[in-house]
Amino acid sequence: MSGDWVKVCADDAIDEEDVIRFDHGGKTYAIYRSPQDTFHATDGLCTHEKIHLADGLVMDNIIECPKHNGRFNYQTGEARGAPVCINLKVYPVKVEAGSVFIQVQ
Amino acid sequence: MGGGVVIVGGGECGARAAFALRENGYAGSITIVGSEQHLPYERPPLSKAALIDPHHTFVAPRERYASENIDLLLGHEVTAIDPDKRTINLADGRTIAYDLLLLTTGAKPRSLPDIDPASKRVLTLRTFDDTVAIRERLGPGRRLLIIGGGFIGLELAATARTFGTSVTLIESQPRILMRGVPQEIAEVVADRHQCEGVLIRCGVGISALSETDDAVEIRLADGQIYAADTVVVGIGATPNTALAERTGIAVENGIAVDDRLETSIPGIYAAGDCCSFPLMHYGGRRIRLEAWRNAQDQGTLVARSMLGHRDRITSVPWFWSDQYDLTLQVAGLADGATTHVRRDLSANSFILFHLDADGRLLAASGVGEGNAVAKDMRLAEMLIGAGAKPAISALADPLQKLKSILTMQRGNT
Repeated sequence: MSGDWVKVCADDAIDEEDVIRFDHGGKTYAIYRSPQDTFHATDGLCTHEKIHLADGLVMDNIIECPKHNGRFNYQTGEARGAPVCINLKVYPVKVEAGSVFIQVQ
Repeated sequence: MGGGVVIVGGGECGARAAFALRENGYAGSITIVGSEQHLPYERPPLSKAALIDPHHTFVAPRERYASENIDLLLGHEVTAIDPDKRTINLADGRTIAYDLLLLTTGAKPRSLPDIDPASKRVLTLRTFDDTVAIRERLGPGRRLLIIGGGFIGLELAATARTFGTSVTLIESQPRILMRGVPQEIAEVVADRHQCEGVLIRCGVGISALSETDDAVEIRLADGQIYAADTVVVGIGATPNTALAERTGIAVENGIAVDDRLETSIPGIYAAGDCCSFPLMHYGGRRIRLEAWRNAQDQGTLVARSMLGHRDRITSVPWFWSDQYDLTLQVAGLADGATTHVRRDLSANSFILFHLDADGRLLAASGVGEGNAVAKDMRLAEMLIGAGAKPAISALADPLQKLKSILTMQRGNT
């Protein structure tokens, strides 16, 4: 599937091993910067109870939901055990000229 | 294999244990015996979202039990355990054999003496059916009186206000949340409830309660009288230990288990709200936790213990409460703390850290709007688990990242 590339922010606006919230086109996304300095994007809400993941803690390649500690691999979207069982949707990300873009669908 | 695993108690913990047994490769039979008719469900929403719009949050859909070959016997009471024959008896006369038995019998709400359990006006909140019954009694013009300023009572008060119900809350202790959170946080919560129109009376007991056909009248020790259409008693819960006691299993403020969740009778385990267990981070002190995450964690741990793994309880006690748009979180046990440090995250959200005389972080409690305190509270929990002795100046400074402190502490050990 293809879609528009949308600018999120400057690449230094996200700390290493952290996440920010990004709203666009009536949807909310979570944009991550890994400890290895790679960027990633997923749906912004936890698949368990629709909580904003950007308030959660990033540990290595895991995002933990701030409410009930549901865990996902934010690089693949894979749900990593109770209470979450539905995977997160992931989106393509690129960094160009110091800015982070995601491809929305 | 004979009887396989039998789980007595069809709540969050029992269901989680059943799935964890399968996740850990157990292929024998699993039977969950639950006293409620409902499929195992999560209780935290019962005072919040489920009270606004009654709906179940099931631990798993029914098909998953079928596909993982987990038998559900719902709406059944277990009357006896025979640990020699390794059988249990049900109220309907059935006998079921087991190889390993797990008790996840939960807790039941405390009530006041002299209250008719069949009363339609004086209720408690523990089950989905309780939520449905209370929901029907909320709305504009309705008067709700809540006895007890703990988490259940306060969450109910917040939800009842969203329907325009008139709410009065009576707490016999000098302030709300006496056992749950420090005074600074309790004050934020109390102020918020007062802004929302909840009348809170603290430091006064109830001397009489009388029920008529259309109201309940409560007389307080200071002579004040309150009338309400509905009274909900939220003064804590007691663990369901009667079955264990009849079986001769050691009980000590809950079914006593070791750090692998095995009871005093080999082959019989207990987990969740019903059990008391030794907590490593606090010198092996025996505690009982009525908490959603504890039920999950212990369900997972007990499954592994039953299969012969040697994992021990290492998790830090943690719970949360949502009232209006406020979230409170508490991690660890603050008893024994001598130093309290405040970290302000924003105008309306802060965390208190509680340290002992040696500078070790024992507990943290936070309050804020939405999930404002969530990230730092999770890191605080990990710092507590790591036995960290963080610098007070760093804890107090929101610009100093707890993640960096954790990384440093882990590097030191």
